[in-house]
Amino acid sequence: MKDMIPVDRKMSTMQDSKISARGVQVYYGDTHAIKDVDVEIADKTVTAFIGPSGCGKSTFLRCINRMNDTIDSARVMGDILIDNEDIYDPKVDPVQLRAKVGMVFQKPNPFPKSIYDNVAYGPKIHGLARNKADLDEIVEKSLRKAALWDEAKDRLDAPGTGLSGGQQQRLCIARAIATAPEVLLMDEPCSALDPIATAQVEELIDELRQSFSVVIVTHSMQQAARVSQRTAFFHLGNLVEYDDTDKIFTNPQDPRTESYISGRIG
Amino acid sequence: MSNTLILLIVLGLGVFGFFAGRSRAMATVGGDRRLLHSLPNYYGANVALNTIVPAVIVLFTWSIVQPMVINGAVSGMINQDRIAEGSSLGLVMSDVRRVAEGLDVAVAQGVMTPDMASDIRAESSNVREQLAQVGVPLGSGVTSETLQAAQSYRAMAGTGNLLKTLVVLLVSAAGLALSWRLITRDYRARNVVEKGIMIVLIGAASIAILTTVGIVLSLIFNTYEFFKLYPVTDFFFGTNWSPSFSGRGQSSELGILPLLWGTLYISFIALLVAVPIGLFAAIYLSEYASKSVRAIAKPMLEVLAGIPTIVYGLFALLTVGPMLVEVFGDGGLLGVNWMSGGTAVMTAGLVMGMMLIPFVSSLSDDIINAVPQAMRDGSLGLGATHSETVRQVIIPAALPGIVGAILLAASRAIGETMIVVLGAGAAARLSLNPFDAMTTVTAKIVSQLTGDSDFSSPVALVAFALGITLFVVTLGLNIFALYIVRKYREQYE
Repeated sequence: MKDMIPVDRKMSTMQDSKISARGVQVYYGDTHAIKDVDVEIADKTVTAFIGPSGCGKSTFLRCINRMNDTIDSARVMGDILIDNEDIYDPKVDPVQLRAKVGMVFQKPNPFPKSIYDNVAYGPKIHGLARNKADLDEIVEKSLRKAALWDEAKDRLDAPGTGLSGGQQQRLCIARAIATAPEVLLMDEPCSALDPIATAQVEELIDELRQSFSVVIVTHSMQQAARVSQRTAFFHLGNLVEYDDTDKIFTNPQDPRTESYISGRIG
Repeated sequence: MSNTLILLIVLGLGVFGFFAGRSRAMATVGGDRRLLHSLPNYYGANVALNTIVPAVIVLFTWSIVQPMVINGAVSGMINQDRIAEGSSLGLVMSDVRRVAEGLDVAVAQGVMTPDMASDIRAESSNVREQLAQVGVPLGSGVTSETLQAAQSYRAMAGTGNLLKTLVVLLVSAAGLALSWRLITRDYRARNVVEKGIMIVLIGAASIAILTTVGIVLSLIFNTYEFFKLYPVTDFFFGTNWSPSFSGRGQSSELGILPLLWGTLYISFIALLVAVPIGLFAAIYLSEYASKSVRAIAKPMLEVLAGIPTIVYGLFALLTVGPMLVEVFGDGGLLGVNWMSGGTAVMTAGLVMGMMLIPFVSSLSDDIINAVPQAMRDGSLGLGATHSETVRQVIIPAALPGIVGAILLAASRAIGETMIVVLGAGAAARLSLNPFDAMTTVTAKIVSQLTGDSDFSSPVALVAFALGITLFVVTLGLNIFALYIVRKYREQYE
């Protein structure tokens, strides 16, 4: 695939690029879901992917931690580099990669375990804690970071499924950050939440920017404008425009971006 | 008229009612079906239902109640003193019924005229000989009292049948006429039919429940009879099973413990085989197998469930048993002499385990598939491997359902008969050696009741006590399984 990339492709040159994707193509069977996408995602920023349903933004997100590997019919081509390392290189173990690139899903999906065990799941399977005290500390730190500690500290043994929707989603975020990832992918994390829970999660995303590179897929343009520094607009599998969030929403270069933002296509 | 004929007439009336109702409905609106409240067929169906259902209910109730009433009336005629030594009212009554039937046959074949049949006297002619001519053999000569009872039995049955025919047909016709007259363009036939269908469905459900109740009751009464003849404590705590069929079972020892032990031992071995294999197969099929493999493998596994258990029994007897003897028997591969014959707990347990594999795997497979994909994604997204995901997320999430599947398989194992009869032998014994021949409760029920059994001796009646014990055990297991499945079902929604 490498020789198919035009040499003089324009790249937004960023000093601290965390993830860089070059010429990414994704096929689901015969469907061409992602067409030749190039993106540079910066470290310690929130990057939003927006676009109409079926435009490929979630698919692209799932390429970054190789979750598309679990779908039989999906084929990914092109290069995706995290810290200049090709994650589709045969030497890379997708299981290890996913510990480094955490993911939060659209619907809160806590495991049918206690709150504590939900958060401790990742550290346990990756052997991140030397002893029980270590593990306790990781769990507490993750829950604090996910702004759930105060609500959950007295009921760590209660099932995670018993929490409210917003709490469950924050539990899932805590679970994802417990493995100490470097990148956090969020696939419409607020679409199943009410406005109050959404506000809490958005606030949380802003705080998480301190420690991670966050990539968020969202249907809400307001949300993208509120939480992100950079925004990418996808349409029909193409990356139409990628720029600073302010610029995308105030002065879009591409007519399609403008139409989408003003609500004419979507 | 016979019940079949009455039923046919009622059904015919129903069909007629359907078309009559339909055409009346169409006539009320001058052929424009849009003006009707319901579709024309609903009017027809309403008439048909009203014609058939009440009449059929009356027919069945009558057919059940009439013999009871007649029996009561006729047995009142029999003098208590005349009941012979060693006999009972029941025996005399069955004689009466037999003679009455014989007279019916004789009339039907033209050997007797109807008048003759009702006027014949035991003093003047040999009824036994005459009935033997038409193919109804009687055990002994017919006393005049029996004959008179039989004649009044016939007479009452005749009137009863005539009345039954009249009443049923009347009910049917009345249903037809009434519901036909009710039809107007605004009559809500659709709603009425809806209600009627609901009642029919309720009827079907209650028959299923009543059957269970009936089975339990018949077991209970016979068990009660048994415990009048045999001490309860000896039955439940006796460690010896040696029925003696001679001497009316006076010297029998009928302890259930060896049989229960055999049942549980064989079931345990069966589950030991079926649960791991079935569960692993289910995990492979639902989590790892590609669609094409699954499409072939799953039906093939389920073929196992369709094999009749007697065939498994043959497999145990002819293949598995001798194979085990070659390994564990005298001069076998291991050089141990643990097994003396092909029939053993191990033989039956292994084969029964094979039979149960599809139960466990098929149910568990459905349950594992029902675990939301979001759980798998969540776990894989955290960097867990496939098998870690299965072990730590999928299985715990599916556990209540899997436990339910295992308990259902267990109650299947406990109730299994044919594999035990052929695979485990017939010797009731309390032993720990899995290579010994043992037997189970079900196998013994069969052997107690096959052949000439006298239902007044404990040796035969013990079968009912065994049956109800087994019933209680499996019922308890099923209820426990349902409880577990229900308790944890909603946890993941």
